[in-house]
Amino acid sequence: MGDNIAMRDAFGEALLEAGKKNKKIVVLSGDLEDATRAEYFKKEIPERFFSLGIAEQDLLGTAVGLSLDGLIPVATSFAVFLTNRAYGILRISICYNKRNVKIVGSHAGLTVGPDGATAQCLEDFAITRVLPNLVVLVPADAVETKKAFKAMIDYKGPVYMRVCRAPTPVITDQSSPFTIGKANVLSHGQDISIIACGIMVEKAMVAAHHLVKDGINARVINMHTIKPIDKETVITAARETGAIVTAEEHQINGGLGSAVSEVLSTSHPVPLEMVAVNDTFGESGPPDQLLEKYGLTSAHIIESGKKVIARKKEKMKA
Amino acid sequence: MKRRSEEKKSVNIEELKEKARQFRKEILEMITTAGSGHPGGSLSSVEILITLYYYVMQHNPQDNCWPLRDRFIMSKGHASPIVYVTLANAGYFPKEELKTFRKLGSRIQGHVHIGVPGIELSTGSLGQGLSVANGIALGAKLRKAGFNVYCLMGDGEIQEGQVWEAAMTAAHHKLDNLYAILDYNKVQENGPVAEIKNEDPIADKWKSFGWHVIEVDGHNFNQLITAFDEAGSITGKPSIIIAHTIKGKGVSFMEGQSAWHGKAPTKPELDKALAELGY
Repeated sequence: MGDNIAMRDAFGEALLEAGKKNKKIVVLSGDLEDATRAEYFKKEIPERFFSLGIAEQDLLGTAVGLSLDGLIPVATSFAVFLTNRAYGILRISICYNKRNVKIVGSHAGLTVGPDGATAQCLEDFAITRVLPNLVVLVPADAVETKKAFKAMIDYKGPVYMRVCRAPTPVITDQSSPFTIGKANVLSHGQDISIIACGIMVEKAMVAAHHLVKDGINARVINMHTIKPIDKETVITAARETGAIVTAEEHQINGGLGSAVSEVLSTSHPVPLEMVAVNDTFGESGPPDQLLEKYGLTSAHIIESGKKVIARKKEKMKA
Repeated sequence: MKRRSEEKKSVNIEELKEKARQFRKEILEMITTAGSGHPGGSLSSVEILITLYYYVMQHNPQDNCWPLRDRFIMSKGHASPIVYVTLANAGYFPKEELKTFRKLGSRIQGHVHIGVPGIELSTGSLGQGLSVANGIALGAKLRKAGFNVYCLMGDGEIQEGQVWEAAMTAAHHKLDNLYAILDYNKVQENGPVAEIKNEDPIADKWKSFGWHVIEVDGHNFNQLITAFDEAGSITGKPSIIIAHTIKGKGVSFMEGQSAWHGKAPTKPELDKALAELGY
């Protein structure tokens, strides 16, 4: 594949670039700007950077205030602190009031690594997608992160975007499209669909490459928008391939897999297997070893793929 | 920040008192018609809202989007009746709409709602408003826009930790265009604040957080006006007016009673209350 680049670095660069061009952008941080790379903006445009200290509810509330007169606030911190800790403010002050606040949750998922469970946000898709008026984005790599950030700024309304800490493979390029709510179909197999998001998209592609050897042609879909989910692409995939695997760096309850299963069960039920963290907290460790231990590798996608193909065959016999 | 018009607005205290009497009537009527609502904390804020909208704030009921208007954030969103009554009387929307309070399809929602002209933010989950007020004040300073921000909180509300996060922020960023008012009626939903989570010494707390603190009788127009004038002359720090009030003020059987925090009067109770108010 491509180089390994951290999404958080790409975010930091995109934020600075956008902030230079658009004077309405202001940035808020919860004393983690060095880690989230919001400090790139802070160093060059300090007058539009506000640290709220370790106070995420205050951070999101202050962002709302800044948005009320047309500024575009970008609220930055770790995903776990912005979504979990400040959830009530996200719900009412931001979503219920439909404020134009952009929330970027960094260091999401297991690949935060050694910091361990308290930092590893594994439930942000579940709790954000359930809020009305909120768009939820999960870019697949550093290149897509910049496009997602641009789309986030252009969009009128509240948006949550998750980015990761560790360097991960770049699998998209400048020509790859990015439209909020429109999934990217990366390969066009007819035997099975693998709907993935974030760092799992690259693993889905590796899995698809291996499945060919078993005579299985997979359709790999980059579902970069968890909400609004691209129902059309999901239903088409169900109709044309008849078997689906979802893959996400997130809990099995309530995330991408659940969102896809909601679409399938109400429109076109087909066998579905989910690759996700199986309802457990994470722990300290190097990112790659954590992904292995918690079942988030291409090998796990391959295994789930074969399982769901077997279920599809059973269903066809019945 | 000083009021933009240097001449003091001439004010007729007797007129304001008459407004207070009338607003109390309208608050009680709308809550009774709706069959639910929060009379106690609405009645305790009457003089505060009147002082803000008829003396302190620069605003234009004919143009609720005027960029230089002073902003008011009603952080204690459950006391929506006093806000709706004040805005209706000031001319932001027709008074007839007050009858539709809490009814399905009405924009006069149970808690303060951004869909109503004159309201900047929907609130109702306590403790969130001061952070938002700070954000507006910060934005105003960034853009060098000359308007002030006012935020009314309840004393039960300031048990929420976020309020103190925001208090630190306001002082840290020297938000002297931000004015908080505490409706210090000392009673919350299930009893006296002092018995549930004591906040005293409350003035000392705000002072230690870097605020300029003024304490007044929250039902005395002269004291409120003097307090806002004093606050307006303070630079380099935010100000809070701690208004000592009585929950349910104006109705003898409601005064000081937690039971009337969130209960609508019956028709006979309404009649009794209105009689006490002189109607």
